[in-house]
Amino acid sequence: MAGAGWETGSALWEEAREPLTNNKIPPGALPDKWTHYKNTVPLVSPANKRKFTVIVVGTGLAGASAAATLAQLGYQVVVFTYHDSPRRAHSIAAQGGINAAKNYQNDGDSVWRLFYDTIKGGDFRAREANVYRLAEISPQIIDYCVAIGVPFAREYGGLLANRSFGGVLVQRTFYARGQTGQQLLLGAYSQLMRWVHAGQVRLYPRHEMLDVVMIDGHARGVIVRDLRTGEIRRFAAHAVILATGGYGNIYFLSTNAKMSNATAIWRAYRRGAYFGNPSFVQVHPTAIPQASHYQSKLTLMSESLRNDGRIWVPKKKGDTRPPEEIPPEERWYFLEEWYPAYGNLVPRDIGARAIKKVCDMGYGLPPTGRAVYLDLRDAVERLGRETIEARYGNLFDMYERITGERPPDVPLRIYPAVHYTMGGLWVDYELMTTIPGLYALGEANFSDHGANRLGASALMQGLSDGYFIIPYTIGAYLSQFLREPLPDTEHRAFREAEEQVRARLEKLKSVGGKTPPDEFHMRLGKILWDYVGISRNAEGLKKALSEIRALRDEFWRDVRVLGDVQDFNQELEKANRISDFLELAELMTIDALHREESCGCHFREEYQTEEGEPLRRDDLFAYVAAWEYQGEGKPPRLHKEPLEFEAVKPTVRSYK
Amino acid sequence: MRIRLRVWRQRGPDVPGKFEVYELEDVSPDWSFLEMLDVLNLRLVREGKEPIAFESDCREGICGTCGFMINGRAHGPLKGTTVCQLHMRHFSDGETITVEPFRARAFPVIRDLVVDRSALDAIMQEGGYISTNVGSAPDANSIPVSRWAASRAFDFATCIGCGACVAACPNGSASLFLGAKVSHLMLLPQGGPERKRRIRKMLIAMEALGFGGCSNTYACEAECPKEISVEAIARMYREAWRAMFSHSEE
Ligand SMILES: Cc1cc2nc3c(=O)[nH]c(=O)nc-3n(C[C@H](O)[C@H](O)[C@H](O)COP(=O)(O)OP(=O)(O)OC[C@H]3O[C@@H](n4cnc5c(N)ncnc54)[C@H](O)[C@@H]3O)c2cc1C
Ligand code: SF4
Ligand code: FES
Repeated sequence: MAGAGWETGSALWEEAREPLTNNKIPPGALPDKWTHYKNTVPLVSPANKRKFTVIVVGTGLAGASAAATLAQLGYQVVVFTYHDSPRRAHSIAAQGGINAAKNYQNDGDSVWRLFYDTIKGGDFRAREANVYRLAEISPQIIDYCVAIGVPFAREYGGLLANRSFGGVLVQRTFYARGQTGQQLLLGAYSQLMRWVHAGQVRLYPRHEMLDVVMIDGHARGVIVRDLRTGEIRRFAAHAVILATGGYGNIYFLSTNAKMSNATAIWRAYRRGAYFGNPSFVQVHPTAIPQASHYQSKLTLMSESLRNDGRIWVPKKKGDTRPPEEIPPEERWYFLEEWYPAYGNLVPRDIGARAIKKVCDMGYGLPPTGRAVYLDLRDAVERLGRETIEARYGNLFDMYERITGERPPDVPLRIYPAVHYTMGGLWVDYELMTTIPGLYALGEANFSDHGANRLGASALMQGLSDGYFIIPYTIGAYLSQFLREPLPDTEHRAFREAEEQVRARLEKLKSVGGKTPPDEFHMRLGKILWDYVGISRNAEGLKKALSEIRALRDEFWRDVRVLGDVQDFNQELEKANRISDFLELAELMTIDALHREESCGCHFREEYQTEEGEPLRRDDLFAYVAAWEYQGEGKPPRLHKEPLEFEAVKPTVRSYK
Repeated sequence: MRIRLRVWRQRGPDVPGKFEVYELEDVSPDWSFLEMLDVLNLRLVREGKEPIAFESDCREGICGTCGFMINGRAHGPLKGTTVCQLHMRHFSDGETITVEPFRARAFPVIRDLVVDRSALDAIMQEGGYISTNVGSAPDANSIPVSRWAASRAFDFATCIGCGACVAACPNGSASLFLGAKVSHLMLLPQGGPERKRRIRKMLIAMEALGFGGCSNTYACEAECPKEISVEAIARMYREAWRAMFSHSEE
């Protein structure tokens, strides 16, 4: 099967004949795989580690933890971030917490349960072996973070506190008030600083990576632009790690930090790294609704609020009474009604869809009809104001700053927002992409969350990748190159890559149109939100494709980039990132179109049960879609990595 | 709302800058201050004029990327709030607002409202960490930490490294920033073993990097968007005294 072109007659994609099977999953029973791997992976001696240079792009949780740990092992590490300081990565904004199978609460948690919840939460579209490893490593993350001074919440007895999070029935989430990501990132950053001081890490803030350099088919360096001066520079290494985060910002309005972008992974894709499940985008159910046309981002209200908060709308459509005047029997607690077992704690995809559904049915709150209540007043009555303030006080502050109203006396108004990308560069068990020597960590890869990520598991994955996995797996690759000197940056491959980067930037500048880059971004976001958002159908997706293409043409005819390439130039930075978004948007749409089933975040309206629940089609789609770039204007090639479930049986996900 | 903006424009660290005035007509009270600048920049680009350079990322008050002076105050008039979280509803119709970069010896201007705060990272490199390797940590619950200590440590650890305290201080001191980090780490048992070394090295670095000393004006506390208490500075000095009068190995 290949994607039929609906208007040009040319195929939208083509399909590889062979399945993608080289995922390097170790042999043995699921619980033994990682141990087996660690026992057999080739080691690099300390003397040899010193001779290897590793580039790490990105200093979020995944990048900072990887760079610090590789430095600790003795590798020479070179680190880039486009931020002015490594402490500022998007990871800093994570609020709710980090999962770990510690079972400190004695409520029946275990590595197996965390594994199972994650696989099930991902709607059986993730690899068993990776997810099991993640669950297995999770307790060590907490141990290490505590040892380096992360001030997690504690009980009066002095031991660590836990809370529960959407999609699970145990309390396994560790947290630092509502600023867990900040505290974890500052921990990883502190270790990075330690190794910078020791001379083991060379740090380049305000440097944006714009290409991967390939020599003889291996990743051997990067091209970066110094954002202060505009200078384009070459850096060589024996291996390159991309920990550059997700691409949710492609929707313009999202909960992501404003600078988050896809450029690093997209350029790697164009060099031959496969892109896994690009259309798997998580929409978070509880963000503050959009208030104005020029709104620049959406602010998340942590999912932890759903532990104590109840979601409702007035039973009467268009009821304009203030919430405190609507008596309980006139409120519709639709999640509790539709999903009695999990109630307000259903996974994110289900929650987001339910909220959209009640709003589509006309029950949304006035004036926009695009909001529902998240109400903590019952919890205040049950647990006391002090407890609720202690748990969520800083979230209430944030809500008040943005909206001018302070919960818990008034319920929060919330609406779903784009939040996280499960899709990303395809990686094998060693976190290596299809380009030898090029790795992807954290949100930048596609690995562990399948079609839907459970709350508090991205932080866990980023730190697991960085602190505990890459330090082992990179040795398997580097040990093959013991006598290899650092490549010369005068090598033709470096010169050519630099030329291409420069040419692209000059081209952006030379368009000389009238429209600011941001306007294209807003329009692209609208197309994606409408057609490649919470719910999708073939007709809409096809429409999106032609609109994206038209917008891209217009961009290259009409974008206006002021200033110079060889200078500090924020407009050029934006235009360059948007130009990549305009290409990635097409691949996302094609991926969404080709997957003729509903799973996790990917809800195809054509595939639903009579009750409106998603219809997964395991016989046809139990695979990872890994897309290969074929060249400018050519349809991408689809590789299918079959997902085999040995330990668990894919079931219909039920949260009822 | 109508707003008149006086904005500091400066092309680079060694080039003189000056104020430019911009009139904005339809400012919505629901916009954040940065959204207002976004809208102005869209207009400037359409007019073929260089947009105003300013930085931001999270736009939720947690990353510390944003920050400049509004009417002479770091992050503007609202207590405990970064500029990205400051909404136009806190200004009045017809108001003239003056916007300038953070000014401090240790923070050279890069362009317009963008300054170089990497000196804060340089302080951190001297000891803002606990030297424990991955792989050698005991079980997380093996050392109980009182709820009070964990919570106080957290309060100090919430510093976002924005540099407002430095910009607000007449001496351009980073004492609040440094004090916050030292206090966070010293309140936890894990931070104990390196206490003396840490404070000595970080204080020396702060001075060497061009930051001034503390003369107790408390301007830092007043402008800190995370409302970090000057208790951090008192703790830092106690810590320094302790280190000075100790002859132990470190
Ligand atoms: C508001 C919010 C709340 C969240 N809350 C939670 C939560 O409670 N629990 C949870 O588990 N997860 C949460 N998440 C998700 C989680 O925060 C992210 O998935 C995770 O932090 C991503 O980490 P990362 O290291 O992969 O990437 P990031 O933190 O995004 O870091 C990317 C890094 O790459 C750099 N970079 C990118 N491209 C380039 C380039 N081309 N050149 C140079 N540098 C580059 C950036 O400068 C940055 O340093 C939340 C997300 C959001 C948006
Ligand atoms: S102490 Fe406050 S003002 Fe100073 S850098 Fe930290 S958060 Fe900013
Ligand atoms: S942009 Fe992150 S604190 Fe303001």
